Amino acid sequence: MEERWIDACALDDIEEEDVIGFEHGGQAYALYRTLDDRYFCTDGLCTHEKVHLCDGLVMDTIIECPKHNGRFDFTSGKAKGAPACIDLKTYETEIRDGRVFIKAD
Amino acid sequence: MEPTPRDYSLVGRDSELAEKNGLASAEWYSCSIDRKTMKGLMRRSDGPALRDTAIWIAALVLSGAGGVYFWGTWWCVPFFLVYGVLYGSSSDSRWHETGHGTAFRTRWMNDALYYVASFMIFREPTIWRWSHTRHHTDTIIVGRDPEIIAPRPPDIKTLLLNLLAIRSSFNTVRALLMHAGGRMSDQEKAFVPEMERWKVYLIARIYLAILAAVALACLVMQSILPAMLIGLPTIYGGFLTVFFGVTQHAGLAEDVLDHRLNSRTIYMNPVFRFLYWNMNYHIEHHMFPMVPYHALPRLHELIKDDCPEPYPSTIAAYREIIPTLLRQVRDPSYFVERVLPEGAKAVPYNHGTQFKPAE
Repeated sequence: MEERWIDACALDDIEEEDVIGFEHGGQAYALYRTLDDRYFCTDGLCTHEKVHLCDGLVMDTIIECPKHNGRFDFTSGKAKGAPACIDLKTYETEIRDGRVFIKAD
Repeated sequence: MEPTPRDYSLVGRDSELAEKNGLASAEWYSCSIDRKTMKGLMRRSDGPALRDTAIWIAALVLSGAGGVYFWGTWWCVPFFLVYGVLYGSSSDSRWHETGHGTAFRTRWMNDALYYVASFMIFREPTIWRWSHTRHHTDTIIVGRDPEIIAPRPPDIKTLLLNLLAIRSSFNTVRALLMHAGGRMSDQEKAFVPEMERWKVYLIARIYLAILAAVALACLVMQSILPAMLIGLPTIYGGFLTVFFGVTQHAGLAEDVLDHRLNSRTIYMNPVFRFLYWNMNYHIEHHMFPMVPYHALPRLHELIKDDCPEPYPSTIAAYREIIPTLLRQVRDPSYFVERVLPEGAKAVPYNHGTQFKPAE
């Protein structure tokens, strides 16, 4: 499958230790910014019940689903315990000219 | 046509109906709150829950010690009453809040209190974690929500028996024996995923081992005192669990995708709010379950203008609940329709699943 870099947002569109949602080609993504200004990207929907993670809570490198407390490490996509049992898919990010790009499938 | 009782099982007729009518895992109404404010409300901290848990444990130790000291005299009664309520009733809210992971910021603190409180309220932690997850996905959706305590028609006898946790404890013992043998019911399989089931079997065995140890201690001491401290408080002190629990949804609409119409927010006194960890703000809790208990009063202030009038007291809520449940025994189609403020957006009632006669 061809890999494409997508211009997702400006660096400042995401607050420190926060998440925003982003849609491209019918696919929902979640973009994260850590306290030390690193940027990460995962699928936008919780693997438990398809709730949008962009309404959730970021604590350090954990994203917590706003509905059922499903928790994932967004740097690796790893599910951190029930009710989240399936890992999140992650996407590579790159910073260019003050913008965040993600590498989609 | 006479209405017929609905099928509240998770694997029956109304379960299929709920899916067909788009009520399963649906989108729910949510009051509008900007992201920054919501982040502030969801923010975790250990402080409030550490303080409240320290008070709770101190009160448990003091009342339990008083009960033991005065054992054999009538003076032990008030001590065990306090101990029982703290152990058998307020463990419910501790179980609940830590199950949501919102009590503490530190994860292991949530988990530790979750397992301890689960035992105190005599609930199996894995089963109930998943059943409560479903309760939040499909709140009071018939055939989907495993935690509807007042189905229509309501079972008044069971509600009364559960004031002393009699039916619920009997059911838990029966379930523990089944789970300890490595089996689960079809109902439970509907909401507990395969990969989590080993925990159910392991914890059932641990629960039975603890209960056996308490029974052995009673035999050795020739006294029920050990059981008065571990096990029995769920029964003799559990009445507030039902007293609070019934106020949450009983008598309100089923099959509506709007927590303002199927949940109650009630103004309660500070003692109740301590025991219940602010779950009297129940609309707020259901609409935004990741907001910790200590932030619910702030959340209430922000959304109250978009919600029905809160009940001014627990008594006021019961003035509505008791006649409603009694009427539903005769007329299961009856329910209390909450009135939204003028101009508030409402999710329409879904009539597709209302009392279809059995085929």
